[in-house]
Amino acid sequence: MTFSTMLLTMGEGMLLTILLFALTLIGSMPLGMVVMFMEKSRIKPIAWLTKVYIAIMRGTPLMLQLLVWRFGPYYLFGISIGSAKLPALLIGFILNYAAYFAEIYRSGMDSMPVGQYEAAGILGYTKIQTFFKIILPQVIKRVLPSVTNEVITLVKDTSLASVLAYAEVFSIAKQISASQTSFIPFVIAGVFYFVANFIVAFIMERIEKSMQYYK
Amino acid sequence: MVLEMTNIRKHFGDLEVLKDIELKVDNGEVVSIIGPSGSGKSTLLRCATFLERIDGGEIKYLDKTAASTKDNTVVYAGKKQLKEIKKSFGLVFQQFNLFPHYSVLKNVMDAPVSVLGRNKDEVEKEARELLDKMGLRDKADSYPCELSGGQQQRVAIARALAMKPDILFFDEPTSALDPELTLEVLRIIKQLAEEKMTMVIVTHEMSFARAVSNRVIFMDGGYIVEQGDPEEVFGNPKQERTKQFLKNYEG
Repeated sequence: MTFSTMLLTMGEGMLLTILLFALTLIGSMPLGMVVMFMEKSRIKPIAWLTKVYIAIMRGTPLMLQLLVWRFGPYYLFGISIGSAKLPALLIGFILNYAAYFAEIYRSGMDSMPVGQYEAAGILGYTKIQTFFKIILPQVIKRVLPSVTNEVITLVKDTSLASVLAYAEVFSIAKQISASQTSFIPFVIAGVFYFVANFIVAFIMERIEKSMQYYK
Repeated sequence: MVLEMTNIRKHFGDLEVLKDIELKVDNGEVVSIIGPSGSGKSTLLRCATFLERIDGGEIKYLDKTAASTKDNTVVYAGKKQLKEIKKSFGLVFQQFNLFPHYSVLKNVMDAPVSVLGRNKDEVEKEARELLDKMGLRDKADSYPCELSGGQQQRVAIARALAMKPDILFFDEPTSALDPELTLEVLRIIKQLAEEKMTMVIVTHEMSFARAVSNRVIFMDGGYIVEQGDPEEVFGNPKQERTKQFLKNYEG
């Protein structure tokens, strides 16, 4: 196998990695917001159940969670969900990352001085206006460094999809390496993850800079 | 009467902070509230502005009832009515509480536009006039973090005035400021007093309270110990507790 065929084959894996990465972000970042509000809910059972959910998501390996979503339906309930792997992967990744994002958002919310709520309340802003106009923009600025960390971790965590033999770049690297007895696929995969994270860090830094006009 | 608070009670847990307080403020009146820390003066303002719920008593703004007590339970007016009543007062905080992500101009303009739904150009014109009056004409495009504490507090005053309140509360407006910056804020408040703005000011600035107010209230331990004409309260206090307190300030 020539280097260029190797690169081409792995290129398809890279696209699937990017797909998994992008869909997970699109799903988990907003869902994290919902989870955060559920965790802060005044209805105790909702807050409590949400805390249990977060504890499980953070307390068990993501790799294990992926296996549960893929094979759990069959072993637990005898339901066959077909051979498609992406749905199980997306459920696993999104639910896991939503829990982490929820905790990041919560720390941002909790760090907001109560005076901001009081000032907005006195001026007559509704609760919804207060959240979207006053609180959220400041929370985003506060949590951005932690979010960057999480996104970078996600780039690397997509390799866990190999446990379901999903044909993302890490799985393919392993396959080619075994069949061609070559170390090069791992180097290519390594460079790919590094470059991907370099781009992520670059973009996030730009966003952080764009919010530096205030303290 | 702009504000009528009667029989106000408030406790935090077992601690009674306000014990049967009465505060009535007439149109154009400037009332200063003085007293030691923990005397309940800030809590009184926070109750007046609904940041804290009272445990007993009655609050009325311009004859509209915001809260009343029947059979020992406090009933607040409905959401709509409270929202309407809120338009009649403004509050200036000790810590300014400006919105850091908004420019100075937007801090002043945003509530009149997005809460009162007023015309943007009209509000901007008024906001710039207010900033002018506060001596902040060239700071309209700055952000709060670029301003001194005194400037920030003047923006906060402009922000409150932009809502055209009938009464303006100040909760220790200069306590977070250096003496030098304190003066510029006090000067603005004095100017508002001369324009007959109705104000209630919780303050530790005794000479300022004496100079600017029509009435001074001395609070201690959750009670109003003494009140009256500032010359009387400061020059010839009747109560022993007031004398003691004022002595400490002179010393």
